[in-house]
Amino acid sequence: MKGGELDPKLQAELDKCLRCGMCMAVCPVYAAEKDEAAVARGKIAIAAAVASGDLALDDREVIDTLFNCLVCKSCMTACPSGVRFDRIMLSLRAAIVEKNGLPWLKSAIFHILKQPARLDTAMKMGARLQGLVFRDNPGYRAISPRSPFAMLGRDAGFGADRLFPAPSPRPLRDRVPEVVTAPRAKMRVAFFTGCSFQYFYPETGLDLIQVLTENQVEVVVPQGQQCCGTPVLVHGDAATARTLARTNIDVMERSNARYIVTGCGSCGSAWQHEFREVLREDPAYAEKAAHWAARTYDVSTLLTDVIGYRRPTGAVDAVVTYHDPCHLKKSMKVAREPRDILRTIPGVTFREMSQPDACCGSGGSYGLTHFDTSSDIARRKAADAAGTGAGTIATGCPACMMQLLDGTHRFGNGQTVRHYISLLADSYRRTAGIA
Amino acid sequence: MSDQAFATQLEAIVGAGNVRTRKVDLVTYSYDATADVPRRIPDVVVRPANTGEIQAIVNLARARGIAIYPRGAGTNLSGGAIPLAGGIVLSFQRMNRILEVDAENLTATVQPGVVIEELNNAVAPHGLIYPPDPGTVKTATMGGSVAENSGGLRGLKYGVTKHYVMGMEVVLANGDKVRFGGKTVKNVTAYDFASLFTGSEGTLGIIAEITVKLIPAPKFRRTMMATYATIEDAGNTVAGIIRAQVIPATLEILDRKTIETVEAYAHVGLPLGAEALLLIEVDGMAETVVECEADAVIRTVAEHHGELRLAKSGAERDQLWAARRAALPALASLNNTVILEDATVPRSHITGMLLACAEIGRKYDLVLGTFGHAGDGNLHPTIVADRHNAEEMARVHRAVEEIFQTALQFGGTLSGEHGIGIAKMRFLGGEIGESGLNLMRSIKDALDPWHLLNPGKLVPAREAPHEGR
Repeated sequence: MKGGELDPKLQAELDKCLRCGMCMAVCPVYAAEKDEAAVARGKIAIAAAVASGDLALDDREVIDTLFNCLVCKSCMTACPSGVRFDRIMLSLRAAIVEKNGLPWLKSAIFHILKQPARLDTAMKMGARLQGLVFRDNPGYRAISPRSPFAMLGRDAGFGADRLFPAPSPRPLRDRVPEVVTAPRAKMRVAFFTGCSFQYFYPETGLDLIQVLTENQVEVVVPQGQQCCGTPVLVHGDAATARTLARTNIDVMERSNARYIVTGCGSCGSAWQHEFREVLREDPAYAEKAAHWAARTYDVSTLLTDVIGYRRPTGAVDAVVTYHDPCHLKKSMKVAREPRDILRTIPGVTFREMSQPDACCGSGGSYGLTHFDTSSDIARRKAADAAGTGAGTIATGCPACMMQLLDGTHRFGNGQTVRHYISLLADSYRRTAGIA
Repeated sequence: MSDQAFATQLEAIVGAGNVRTRKVDLVTYSYDATADVPRRIPDVVVRPANTGEIQAIVNLARARGIAIYPRGAGTNLSGGAIPLAGGIVLSFQRMNRILEVDAENLTATVQPGVVIEELNNAVAPHGLIYPPDPGTVKTATMGGSVAENSGGLRGLKYGVTKHYVMGMEVVLANGDKVRFGGKTVKNVTAYDFASLFTGSEGTLGIIAEITVKLIPAPKFRRTMMATYATIEDAGNTVAGIIRAQVIPATLEILDRKTIETVEAYAHVGLPLGAEALLLIEVDGMAETVVECEADAVIRTVAEHHGELRLAKSGAERDQLWAARRAALPALASLNNTVILEDATVPRSHITGMLLACAEIGRKYDLVLGTFGHAGDGNLHPTIVADRHNAEEMARVHRAVEEIFQTALQFGGTLSGEHGIGIAKMRFLGGEIGESGLNLMRSIKDALDPWHLLNPGKLVPAREAPHEGR
């Protein structure tokens, strides 16, 4: 595949890179591997070589390198010339899919999994995710084989050294009515749960709903909502990402809610940025995507900046540190609000780690396809968190919660990992004498 | 050059995981941070773990006549890390350990792959700093910055890299390992080898270990910004501050084009229409001394009609610094190619040099902003252009040449801190003459008669001078 087939807008984006290498200071993959091909500057050079025909896009070595990226967007915060590296990465991946199809890409990624033991882990994780994410969406059964997880196979158990949350036997949306009313409600918002709250952390989702209702906010939890599409988008499957975006927008249009609230940086980022991007040229949906993008809040922002939340009074005795999820901080620009909330909880002693916004190494399926690097990144995070002496690591994204849980189990001292909203919910419950 | 047998021999030295031969990897070692210089894909990238491995690589390469290009993080601005003749890129990314921080002797000993900021983080708990602070402190390596003799924002008061290198371990082209210097403040034993290898741009030997001097971190500082209606007033302020016997830690200048671009880019509240801006920071160990120096600066600014803003808090200091930090990103946002020069003049000619740079920009119809270290005469005339426009790039080259000539006419130098590398090699004779070039060649030939180490950089070949930029 030669450069002529790449989007001309991509070339302009590649041209913006000065090769200054500032991205090396913040790239988690580079910090672990210390190889130029790991960092954005190197990947841009590879993309430029593809554009000029020096390298083939569907070369397995090129694929291998392009997928060695968490799409955490850290590089974009350090880039002096504002290169939209996420766009470069996603459009290259989409170009691969367009050229050779998803099954080809799956086998190419499969090829990355060289170590049999890791492959085993990956297969099991994939089987669970595939089975779960698309389980109760009969309409989407059809697309499930196209999901990146489909390549990972079906049966087999997890490696003994890994700790993942067990998928809940009762998903979140089975546990709540579609509309959760609040006494003397001032506002109605829609909770976009995302897959992780739905299947792995339904209790955290319930905490989020409780905090909102205690603040006189009525919560719609639309039953028809789907995956936000980030997992398929980062694997180049823009078509499925578009379908999911349209369905989600339709669902929200019917919700009668003023705002969309998320508790996951990737889901919120999808609503604020990715839906607009993938639907940019869709006449029926571009405007709707922009409408909801401006009305999507991380729950912390809604609480601190939009409604002015009720200050918690119940004591939660804990030393807490906070991990900034990449997509929450670097894409949604939310970093102050969760800290503000934690600091208002009586009994909480807040301690910053030295690099709270360094990526935890999760990156969706990255931990499966690039196990060693992901583990190395997780090890650094665990050491930084342990250095604070905090017994609780709070964060604002369920995907980070999974990675941190595994990381503290393997490399840390087994700290408790909580979503910040659960700590606030704990405090409210203590006041009410429930806990 | 490279064949499978050679790669296998390298693997025997450093291990299979530390030899890169895939094209996709090699492409990423074909460049450094320098704009508008040739690129070349190396034949192989090798990542040694210790001095012994470096010696074995050098011996193997010499036997095969294959060039070696040492590389830290590849952030230099003179083409120093580009493998011009293919061959071996020797990456220091695995040799990245801080070997010792000796707070009693105020020294640190590091492997070359340590990032400058990591060293500063490691010495900070001792109340110490390693002062050289190029704009790339978060990414550049100690080995690279010693080889390039990097400067930085604090050069005026604290000097540059060469003032901090106390000792080294170096692998020579003949495969020998030599150690010299060390932790003593005084040392006149043998030639001053640390000075010879610092700034040698990888052409004389491969630096494998470095011992540097540390200093106590200043405890107090005052930060201010002054804007001016004329460049002359700003230039006279710089001279006036030095005449008042104040040596600021930072004395930075931005010209009108840079101010306008920064304001449009970052909206930090700079006065549009100002011809120049100075960012001034004084620091020291005693509050009264720092206050005294700040007062002298404030008086000097007023004498020269500057409009002063004084930072009263850490947040206000950050605001003042934001303008300087945004200078390069703001200019870079204007087009796809940024030619960042570092022509340097004696401090007394700062005004003349700033006016000349602006005039050169107009003459060649280019977007040219100048900012830089006014206190030490080290300016960064920065040209922003479209690399796909050959006609414009030709004008850029003529403008750059004229900037160099102007700097030399003012009694200045081609490069204050970026080095010669590929980018400025053809101008070298203009500054040091044929006898100077011959001295460089003699030194190069004495230490590396095989021209094994970073060939094509810094030292122009005898017969056919390198013409390309």
